[in-house]
Amino acid sequence: MTSRKQVEVQYEQFTFSGTGEIYSFTTLQETPEGFDDQAPYTLALVKLDEGPMITAQLTDIDEPVAIGDRVEMVTRRLTSEGDRGMIVYGYKFRKTLSRSS
Amino acid sequence: MRDLAIIGIGQIPVGEHWTSGLRTLAAEAIYLALEDAGIEQVDALYVGNAYGSSYSSQTQLGALIADHAGLANIEAFTVEAAEASGGAAIRTAYLAVASGAIETALVLGVEKSTDTLASARVEARSVSLDADYEAAHGATLTAMAAMLMRRYMHEYNLDLNAFEGFSINAHANGNRNQNAMFKNLIKPGRFASAPMISEPINLFDNAPDADGAAAIVITSLDRAVDMVPMPVRLTASAVATDTLALADRSDPLYLKASNISAHKAFAKAGVTKDAVDLFELHDAFTILTALTLEAITFANRGEGWKLAQPSVIGLNGSLPISTFGGLKARGNPGGATGVYQAVEACLQLRGQAGSNQVPNAKVALIQNLGGLGSTAVSHILQI
Repeated sequence: MTSRKQVEVQYEQFTFSGTGEIYSFTTLQETPEGFDDQAPYTLALVKLDEGPMITAQLTDIDEPVAIGDRVEMVTRRLTSEGDRGMIVYGYKFRKTLSRSS
Repeated sequence: MRDLAIIGIGQIPVGEHWTSGLRTLAAEAIYLALEDAGIEQVDALYVGNAYGSSYSSQTQLGALIADHAGLANIEAFTVEAAEASGGAAIRTAYLAVASGAIETALVLGVEKSTDTLASARVEARSVSLDADYEAAHGATLTAMAAMLMRRYMHEYNLDLNAFEGFSINAHANGNRNQNAMFKNLIKPGRFASAPMISEPINLFDNAPDADGAAAIVITSLDRAVDMVPMPVRLTASAVATDTLALADRSDPLYLKASNISAHKAFAKAGVTKDAVDLFELHDAFTILTALTLEAITFANRGEGWKLAQPSVIGLNGSLPISTFGGLKARGNPGGATGVYQAVEACLQLRGQAGSNQVPNAKVALIQNLGGLGSTAVSHILQI
């Protein structure tokens, strides 16, 4: 009799600081379904301070965005399934706010 | 492994076929390829299709199309690798026929995209991105390509005009191709001012979604020489992959899969990159053209855009590309694209390219990409 080999995938928890800088970005005029009401919106590749890169929308934009800008993660609505459907929340990034000490 | 040859080719015009459905387009291309090969039956049909499940609400294209084309009961199934589906289907046929398991195989690339509304089509195409880490954030393939392009322009201090020559070349060649979707010429100086789709990618940069179907017949070289006057040898086939999400690449401006698959193909065919007489590449965006030319080392890093001039990429240049218009002007029928590339390379090698003819073409490289090089399929064809 053979027993099924047990394989355990080990994930290590890692907490990111949530800060990084803009590697690149674009503003979409043509958007997929579910995102139409947000168009035009800006998407970015964000290089996190710990090294990895992540794809996310930029939010709270009130001045021009540039490559190299410092950004920080915030939680926002990504999309929703109509008036009565589920609201999907996730991460977006905004320009790092200057904080007075 | 047996040596292989392409003995039949068929294509229908790329464009908006409002009065034909997926199965009709498919059957037309199949009939043309079978007629060209002078045969009526094959042993297997491999279908390259990327978006049939969403565009046409249809899977099991193998059974559907084999039956509709009068090839009922043969081995038939779909091969999917996003926009590299056509190339991957050729790869499947290559393995099947080279191994001897299949004697003669038909490869069909087909996409029917115009039955879907624009926003639904953008959504449908986003299934080839990383669903959790890209598409869920509202990303599209064009947006991801746009971010690559902006970074490239930033790194090498370029403006949009640097890429203009690629689209001018594609449209100049599409202008002479009766099967091309776009036959209009792009006037020098007009590229940079075209309407933006996803900045910096604009209308003159982005290859158009289209309907299309193309087919080739592959058999062993031994059989081929007795069947047709000009068998085109299929001397190499190679696939490589890269991360699905662009953000996961340590160097996003380097198309590693493009490099690996092309160089595996060169090694298999026993040719160097300098032997390539024409290169049908995956010019869905001009940035992909520049990065592909760099990845395969036709250009140094950061200098792929410098090849965007007639003396290099034109029909009489040192490395003709997009010789029938490429994805940009011939059009981008999704999973059919890779098979169109093969058909066009065969026309060049057979000397049947008409006013698109590259003089003295003996060696053709074709490369079909899925996404932004997550899948790269390279084939080498020789006469």
